[in-house]
Amino acid sequence: MKTSYFVMLLFLSVAVVSLTAWDKPEKDDLPTTGDPTKSRAALGAMLKVLKHQRCMNCHPTDDRPRQGDDAHAHLFNVQRGTDNKGLAAMRCVACHQTENNKQSNVPGAPHWQLAPKSMGWMGLSDEQIAANLIDKSKNGNRSLDQLMEHMTRDPLVQWAWQPGEGRTVPPVSQKDFHEAVRTWIENGAVIK
Amino acid sequence: MQLTFEINNQSHTVEVPEDMPLLWVIRDVLRLKGTKFGCGQAMCGACTVQVDGDAIRSCSYAAKFAQGKKVTTIEALANEEKLHPVQQAWLDERVPQCGYCQPGFIMATKSLLEKIPNPSEDEINDNITNICRCGTYHRMRKAIHRAVELQQKSKL
Repeated sequence: MKTSYFVMLLFLSVAVVSLTAWDKPEKDDLPTTGDPTKSRAALGAMLKVLKHQRCMNCHPTDDRPRQGDDAHAHLFNVQRGTDNKGLAAMRCVACHQTENNKQSNVPGAPHWQLAPKSMGWMGLSDEQIAANLIDKSKNGNRSLDQLMEHMTRDPLVQWAWQPGEGRTVPPVSQKDFHEAVRTWIENGAVIK
Repeated sequence: MQLTFEINNQSHTVEVPEDMPLLWVIRDVLRLKGTKFGCGQAMCGACTVQVDGDAIRSCSYAAKFAQGKKVTTIEALANEEKLHPVQQAWLDERVPQCGYCQPGFIMATKSLLEKIPNPSEDEINDNITNICRCGTYHRMRKAIHRAVELQQKSKL
């Protein structure tokens, strides 16, 4: 009886440790060399972009995309849907294609969609946003290399700097943002 | 560009500027006048057609994106013998006032019922977002429920 109790406890402990590990950033991924001060400064530059209202508009923590510099709810009751690409008969693609529309000025980019809810940033602190960026359970199971690829190459992310007429761009240039992401990651991806 | 696509089950090849709105291709090149121009900004839904089954606002859909796709317009809904259940429901409930926006609503409803055959009130509110300046929304809501009944009966 005692043996089976011990085995069960051991099993539960392993299960708890595994679940806890799953929710945390994979520390092994993080570079152990580098300059945390540089990483911290780079994070500051990155956050100017990530927290810019027009970037935040597609990273809500609820089911409503926002629009404009004033973050009003997307007109016409537009909602996230189960796949982040709209409701069954009101899909994002009803209006948004893979590039900005020259006639209607409706914005567009490849795989137009809301960021998954786990990548929602609204209402989070700087530290929480940074922690979520490197948390595989929240960042789409991306390694740091994949995260860098996503932030510097994904066409929907890069669209932020080519948003079409009448839309503001982030306060950091695309080139400087890419450099900041590289510096942040190469120097340890600090979160505060 | 040379655009080849299927519209209402017929293949067409037309020479058009690649950024021409699909709505212009439908109305001015192929002379199918059922789909309407409303706002030109993908906001009102008067220009709704289906592209590969999804409701699309064709005023804001560059022609090049229709390459190789299947487009359905209001003209394809009825055959010589009978109306589409959504069209019949629209008649039964006497929905239209001026009528201008109705093809868009009918196409949006067709798309909704193909994806959600018996939508709730919330699902109707969330998925049918077109605009009717005559304010026929109440009659349209009744017509959508009527179309559900007609579709269910036709399957018996």
